[in-house]
Amino acid sequence: MTSTTSQPAPPTASPQSSAPPAVVVHHVDKAFKLPHQQYHTLKERVLHPFRSSTFDVLQAVDDVTFEVAEGEFFGIVGRNGSGKSTLLKCLAGIYDVDAGDLHVRGRLSPFIELGVGFNMDLTARDNVMINAIMLGLTPRQARERFDAIIAFAELEDFLDLKLKNYSSGMTVRLAFSVAIQVDAEVLLIDEVLAVGDVSFQQKCFAEFHRLKDAGRTILFVTHDMSAVERFCDRAVLIERGKMVDIGEPTAIARRYNEINFGRVVPHLGPGGDGERFGDRSAEIADTWFEDEDGKRIAELGHGHPCRVCLEAVFHEQVEDPVFGFALRNEAGTAVFASTTDLQGGPTGTFARGDRVVVKLEFLNWLVAGTYSATPSITRAGLGADAVDLCPDVVELIVHGWFPTGGVTNLPHSFELERA
Amino acid sequence: MSATAHPNARRYGPSAFGDDLRRFWNLTVTLAVTEFKLRYFGSVLGYLWSLVRPLLFFGVLYLFFTKALKVGKGIPHYPVYLLTSIILWTFFLETTSGCVQCLLAREGLLRKMRFPRLVVPLAVALTAAFNLVMNFIAVLVFALATGVEPRWSWLELLPLIALLATLAVGVGMLLSALYVRFRDIQPIWDVTSQILFYGSPIIYVAATYNSAKAGLEPVAVTFNPIATLLTQVAHAFIGGAKLPSAATAAGGTARLLIPLAIVAGTFALGLWVFHREAPRIAERL
Repeated sequence: MTSTTSQPAPPTASPQSSAPPAVVVHHVDKAFKLPHQQYHTLKERVLHPFRSSTFDVLQAVDDVTFEVAEGEFFGIVGRNGSGKSTLLKCLAGIYDVDAGDLHVRGRLSPFIELGVGFNMDLTARDNVMINAIMLGLTPRQARERFDAIIAFAELEDFLDLKLKNYSSGMTVRLAFSVAIQVDAEVLLIDEVLAVGDVSFQQKCFAEFHRLKDAGRTILFVTHDMSAVERFCDRAVLIERGKMVDIGEPTAIARRYNEINFGRVVPHLGPGGDGERFGDRSAEIADTWFEDEDGKRIAELGHGHPCRVCLEAVFHEQVEDPVFGFALRNEAGTAVFASTTDLQGGPTGTFARGDRVVVKLEFLNWLVAGTYSATPSITRAGLGADAVDLCPDVVELIVHGWFPTGGVTNLPHSFELERA
Repeated sequence: MSATAHPNARRYGPSAFGDDLRRFWNLTVTLAVTEFKLRYFGSVLGYLWSLVRPLLFFGVLYLFFTKALKVGKGIPHYPVYLLTSIILWTFFLETTSGCVQCLLAREGLLRKMRFPRLVVPLAVALTAAFNLVMNFIAVLVFALATGVEPRWSWLELLPLIALLATLAVGVGMLLSALYVRFRDIQPIWDVTSQILFYGSPIIYVAATYNSAKAGLEPVAVTFNPIATLLTQVAHAFIGGAKLPSAATAAGGTARLLIPLAIVAGTFALGLWVFHREAPRIAERL
């Protein structure tokens, strides 16, 4: 059941550093047995000795191997239910692994849930001491750091208040301060930051950065790709318990979006359903987004070049048709639109049976979000009679930048000059 | 690279003991003290309740058994005997019964934090031990006030209580680990502890029981370690011909090896079971 033998270490993932890795995960497996019915009493066991033997095995973590170097900010990403939290609990020493080896060098502070073991009936003072000892400090260390903990939480005035009279924000602040002051060599951060308000989150991240600069190793579990790209040095992508990819956060974020949104990779069949406008003298057979290499994509990082494309078949002869695209965001606002009419001259004559591929290339200055493209073919002239128009047939997910509040994030720089 | 590349590496699975005994102890004390503080939180009398409770129980038993049934007739310092037995039994019951659901009660901690699992039942025992100390002070005052002479043999109480604690912790570890798998442990232990209460010389005295039904009593003292310990405690604390030593009551010093073996065996079994279950407690809860 448990592997107690220490196996040789796997080849180190970061050959540039000679220091031993802070975290080693070597072919780790973890499965849960899910009985079809839970038997909890002896009588049930005696009456149905065989029935309980049927169970499903959920392989939550399946042969995962990676190393995290000292001082690295390492991301573990995956969807809900991908096994990343199970892996985290193995790393935190809460679950035992079925097979493989798992080492953490130095003291580890898990930020899995803040304020575990807080007792609402005790004062903040008592709770801080208890929590600090739980997290691995000696009572003396806890007393020494007490003032720093309270100062960081900015709760000096509420020390002797019972915790049940605290607001939830104050409780979280207190819990975070304790956990951060434990001064562990390795920090495990689950999506705890989702609880606080924005200013608190900023403070947390600033603190993580300070710790990283101080040489601490940080493991960060999330499904927020923008956070991964912003903070992590490296990341591993986990899907159904298996390691899919490991490497640069940008690459991992792209891969993550591919896996999770890949199924919406566009395809518009002939006579596709949904609202369509136009006389169909030409028909849009396909619409897609592609990257600069011509590979079809469903997601894109902010600031990267890309193309939105359509393929059309002509059923009749059409003179100088105008091809166009419009991109709409989730709110339905058209954030970008252009046509061949605005761009250049006439497109020429297309005969019956002709096929054409039209590509509109642009630099993606859109902020993170989901965008849909509406391709259109219209007749030349002001009337803009639609030949074919398919609203919102294909989607593109843009990631890689925090929402700024604007619909685009144009290339920009600030300049400050004191008068 | 070889395994020596990680000289300071530690394996991070959950276990019964953890890898730092000082932390183990700090945690146990912290949990126990917190529990002790919280128990009487919000009550007007506070800590006094831990004294009042066994005293009231004692009062009821004393009135009923000495005045109505006349059980303690002829035994010197029977009230002291009764009170001593009751607080020791209370300690045993508090530890074992408290242990049954202790892991479930600490589910939040067990599922979210890495710490030695054995801390949880040990903290229950330690809380019970705090109560025992408080109660024992009351017993001492009561004993001296009713004329029990201080004697050197009182020192014997320490190893005797240590043995009782060993037994209680052994049973506690066993019950808490098993309860995670079988929820029947709760009613089973409720009944078993009732049987143990009446099967141990708490209300009655082993020696008087002997005179009524000769032959049975050495068996009880031999095979029930609680009976052995309580008999010896009474002998050491109060003394006198009516309160013989455990060796006398059991019918030979050699026979005392049996209850000792039961205590050691229970502790070892409890420890083994708990140690075996510890890595999986968090996911089975």
